[in-house]
Amino acid sequence: MRVTTAETRKATRTISGAQAVVRVLEEAGVEWIFGHPGGASLPLYDALYDAPRIRHVLCRHEQVAAHAATGYARASGRFGVCTATSGPGATNLVTGLADAMMDSAAVLAITGQVVRANIGTDAFQEADVTSITTPITKHNALVMDPHALVRTLREAIYLCQSGRPGPVLVDVPRDVFQTQIPEELLDEPFEPRRRPVTKGHPARIAEAAEAISQSRRPILYVGGGAQGASEPLGRLARRCRIPVTVTLMGKGAFDETDPLCLGMLGMHGTAYANYAINAADLVIAVGARFDDRVTGRLKDFCPHARFIHIDIDPSEIGKNKPAHVPIVGDAREVLEALEPLVQPPDVDAWWKQIEEWRTRYPLRWKPGPLLKPQEAIEGIYRLTRGEALVVTDVGQHQMWAAQYYKCRRPRTFLSSGGLGAMGFGFPAAMGAQFARPDALVVAIVGDGGFQMTMQDLITAVEWKLPLKIYVINNGSLGMVRQWQELFYNQRYSAVQLRNPDFARIAEAFGAVGIRVERSEDLEPALQRSLEVTDRPVVVDLIVDPEENCYPMIPSGQSVKEMILGE
Amino acid sequence: MSNALPTPHVRSERRVLSVLVDNVPGVLLRVVALFRRRGINIHSLAVSVTEDPAVSRITMTVECPAALAESVVKQVRRVVEVRRVRDVTDAPRTERELALVKVNAPAGVRSEILEAAQVFRARPIDLTEKTVTLEVTGSPEKIDAFLNLVARHGVREVARTGSVVLLRGSATT
Repeated sequence: MRVTTAETRKATRTISGAQAVVRVLEEAGVEWIFGHPGGASLPLYDALYDAPRIRHVLCRHEQVAAHAATGYARASGRFGVCTATSGPGATNLVTGLADAMMDSAAVLAITGQVVRANIGTDAFQEADVTSITTPITKHNALVMDPHALVRTLREAIYLCQSGRPGPVLVDVPRDVFQTQIPEELLDEPFEPRRRPVTKGHPARIAEAAEAISQSRRPILYVGGGAQGASEPLGRLARRCRIPVTVTLMGKGAFDETDPLCLGMLGMHGTAYANYAINAADLVIAVGARFDDRVTGRLKDFCPHARFIHIDIDPSEIGKNKPAHVPIVGDAREVLEALEPLVQPPDVDAWWKQIEEWRTRYPLRWKPGPLLKPQEAIEGIYRLTRGEALVVTDVGQHQMWAAQYYKCRRPRTFLSSGGLGAMGFGFPAAMGAQFARPDALVVAIVGDGGFQMTMQDLITAVEWKLPLKIYVINNGSLGMVRQWQELFYNQRYSAVQLRNPDFARIAEAFGAVGIRVERSEDLEPALQRSLEVTDRPVVVDLIVDPEENCYPMIPSGQSVKEMILGE
Repeated sequence: MSNALPTPHVRSERRVLSVLVDNVPGVLLRVVALFRRRGINIHSLAVSVTEDPAVSRITMTVECPAALAESVVKQVRRVVEVRRVRDVTDAPRTERELALVKVNAPAGVRSEILEAAQVFRARPIDLTEKTVTLEVTGSPEKIDAFLNLVARHGVREVARTGSVVLLRGSATT
């Protein structure tokens, strides 16, 4: 009886576009939206007023909203949502979207647009956002037909997570938000245009198993695409004793404290990981894309190796290095099928060689009169017992964090890898904390990058996020300074930073601020920071400004040109 | 810093691509942007709706090394509205282009031009005291040859559609 009445009513009922957006988001399980309102998105915010299940985090800059959505997505494995108004709001999202694109983060961006009649007339706060974001989104759409709004948004939610994840932007004119549409549009089932191939081709998988079984010097090269494939990856590596090297994006997909793990490879990777991969006869690339920061000069990368390349994105296979065994598919599904087929190869001699490299060329730093950045990161690692969810910014500290903070679990190391966007660290850490409220979330940032987005400390204070923000403060744009020292004759151009007192800034925002200038103050300060549970803590760690990040393979060179450092 | 420009010793060649896409705004921009990003010049581009009004066909000819074309084709395949992409350069195909050619044609040479046009099955479609406009259809090479032939009379203007291509026989793209 009641059902019938409800249904009859439903057939004639209408809701606004904005209400439909909120309903679709609720259905998809969205709990948090990171954003900043404005004229064109007013109707959306009005609809959010009636949506108690969705909470909105008011970020003070849309770039922060986009990075926070990315941090949320990458820490949780779900998708993150950000929103901005038309024009300047949307253009402020650009850096965050480009970062999410490069690092394959599932981000949904909803932007307001000027009313349809004004599009293309240089109206107030108008920008051609779908054109601007075309190369930096997986997909985008401008919704001109209110009846297409629900379908477009559902497709966006599907696309940002499916296959190789990435940002999808939906641009909605204000009057489309305001148009009344039939509520029954919400009942239309959504069918994606097509689905990605997730199961690897059995013949290729058999070929790969054979290649691994026959190899003598195999190595697993693990990228961000393996974050969901830890279990089969771990089984394959452990049963066959295959050494594992991880990229910046792959950190955490395999336990770095396991002796099988050689740590990160590439420009600032461990010497032994780089020696090993370049001596390998078989490279098993899992969800990795042969980025130039990993390979250096392509023609000299792994000169003796055959490549098995497992990736869900067919356009990555063979892009930079030809794959001998290409496998298109989801890393987890492919490895689950592959692992049981592999006969453990004979790797005794290989491990002897690797152990020799590991002993001879360990990661190292020398203590000095000043606090060393590596010392600070080792301290953070020790005091957080290696249990933290670490988010970094971009620069020297990022590489030191990657080298010295060993990750054990997937989705516990977030960094702007592909885009290398300074300003990413702190906002992404906020997003990660919303995704995992009980996790110990640590942002390791530089003094340069932190200043790009630190205005949002107030947001973290407002939400009582117990974030630990460790500023590795060397008073300069350290990585640029390092390159000027090594490759530009020590002509230091625009790298010196006159910094504010970060601890006092933190206090002004209502966070806890601590300043550390000497090695002996490090542990007590870190300890104090870990005791704060109701607000963010900023620990300003004044470190040796001369310290460089080593080992280093200079840009465009090979392992032969690796600089090991003092 | 390394950059992705094609290495000079790799020979560029003409590649012909056939792309089937959803007939919606913005797809062309997405497809073309992927070529622009790699610095590939698009020689010709023809876009039109197909037998299915929901689908458009983009036919493009580009000049670049074959491996680079292959890499970009894979990226084109990622575009959500792209249904099919095929590099048909090496496939048996029928290929046609249409050109409108406005040639100087004063009374003295007009018949000579029209005679040449007949050989190329070019049709006069407009005539003034000073010029004749011809419509010529064929492979791009044939159109090039015709343009060369009439060049000495002075070609005032040319508009070419760019190639359109279908596979030979019963095969479809």
